[in-house]
Amino acid sequence: MNRRRAPLALLIPAALGLAFLILPLAGLLIRAPWTTLPERLTEPGILAALRLSLLTASLATLVCLVLGVPLAWVLARLEFPGRRLVRALVTVPLVLPPVVGGVALLLVFGRRGLVGGWLDQTFGVSLPFTTTGVVVAEAFVAMPFLVIAVEGALRGADVRFEEAAATLGASRWTTFRRVTLPLIAPGVAAGAVLCWARALGEFGATITFAGNFPGRTQTMPLAVYLALEQDVDAAIVLSLILLVVSVGILAALRDKWVAP
Amino acid sequence: MRRMLSGVALLAVLASAACGDSGDSAPAAGPSGSAAGGELIVMAAASLTESFDKIKTDFEEQNPGLEVTISYGGSSGLAQQITSGAPADVFAAASPATMKTVVDAGDAQGDPVVFVKNQLVIATAKGNPEGVRTLADLKNPELKVALCAEQVPCGSAAQKAIEAAGVDVEPVTLEQDVKAALSKVKLGEVDAALVYRTDAKAASADVDGVEFPESAGAINDYPIVALKNAPNPSAAASFVAFVRSEPALKILTDAGFQQP
Repeated sequence: MNRRRAPLALLIPAALGLAFLILPLAGLLIRAPWTTLPERLTEPGILAALRLSLLTASLATLVCLVLGVPLAWVLARLEFPGRRLVRALVTVPLVLPPVVGGVALLLVFGRRGLVGGWLDQTFGVSLPFTTTGVVVAEAFVAMPFLVIAVEGALRGADVRFEEAAATLGASRWTTFRRVTLPLIAPGVAAGAVLCWARALGEFGATITFAGNFPGRTQTMPLAVYLALEQDVDAAIVLSLILLVVSVGILAALRDKWVAP
Repeated sequence: MRRMLSGVALLAVLASAACGDSGDSAPAAGPSGSAAGGELIVMAAASLTESFDKIKTDFEEQNPGLEVTISYGGSSGLAQQITSGAPADVFAAASPATMKTVVDAGDAQGDPVVFVKNQLVIATAKGNPEGVRTLADLKNPELKVALCAEQVPCGSAAQKAIEAAGVDVEPVTLEQDVKAALSKVKLGEVDAALVYRTDAKAASADVDGVEFPESAGAINDYPIVALKNAPNPSAAASFVAFVRSEPALKILTDAGFQQP
């Protein structure tokens, strides 16, 4: 703990930044209909949406881990032509407006899409309007967060440990499993948490690609959006529930794995 | 601390200034002009887009020096912006229910009048490949059907029509607005959707609109009203009168609306 006084030139913008981020949340808390809160919480639709949100965000995070960690490793550890272009392409879902991402997913995985058409004709499987579709949409927008975090961790990790393992006869796969992965575990955990949070809040791509059907594809953000059409109070309650649950889970995870 | 408080106050001012500004940079209430000058801000339901754009051109021609800015959106969202104090002169809604929120909040100048009605049709892909003729055809489990969510006007109308017909339609998705439901048909992800006749007409290059008798039991009224805190009250009154005049009604009926 540094005892020297922090410079005002930093403190003032810091305070402003904090106020800017926290005031909207305070606004939600002030406007929340506390008196009718208990009966609103027991509405069946809310619990279904919350359950679906937690389930799909967790599955999407799992998909991102399985595909994203190897992708990050390739970007960080392999020299190949066009690597910078690939790295730029990986971040596309970050800058793509989510609704456009949803349309792009439809054009590939939809009933008439390149892959979706084949899936539909060969296996009779269609992704849009299913819970699987929600997971696909969430994974699409959340994966870049994980890849960027893990790639950063890999670049920051000391490669000499890996080289030492290699000189002792470990194969590349063993080295990755026994040396690299434990080394970057905090980075992976941080990336997974960020990825999960992003998936939980996903709205645009989900409603465009997976549609909105209670219990099947209606996640919390979609329920909030539609509640807003009729009843601002209901929307605020839903948002608060989502906030409390996600902040609770993130805080628990942070202390466990990503402790500074 | 005092600095931080003044920062918070500044933010509050910024927030209230930004509140309800729907991104088309409508300046805050300026000096109000006569009907023949200054600026007029109209908030209108998304389904009015094509016709109101034409009406705006004619109205500006009649009132040289007057500039009309129209902000299109979902009726409930617009109603919320108005009740939060967004500067606007006229509100045209897609349902009496959304208009009622503005009237109840005391933001309307006088009583709203219904200027057109809109009716549902079944939108199918161009050429109607599935041969949909009646609402009962949508019962077919092979068909994927999109409806609007009940929270939005086109959804409550669809629900009324389906109940009137006594047909048990199982939609795969409940879309957040009528244009989204139509997009799902255009993209071929669903085989049919219940949308307004005007929307099907506007998209006639890609979709067919199938009329069905039960839609008569779920006709949607479009009310319009000048707003109490209108920056430009005289222009607001003459715009409302113009929308109800013969040439404007012709534009609206050409787009598929019915006269009240």
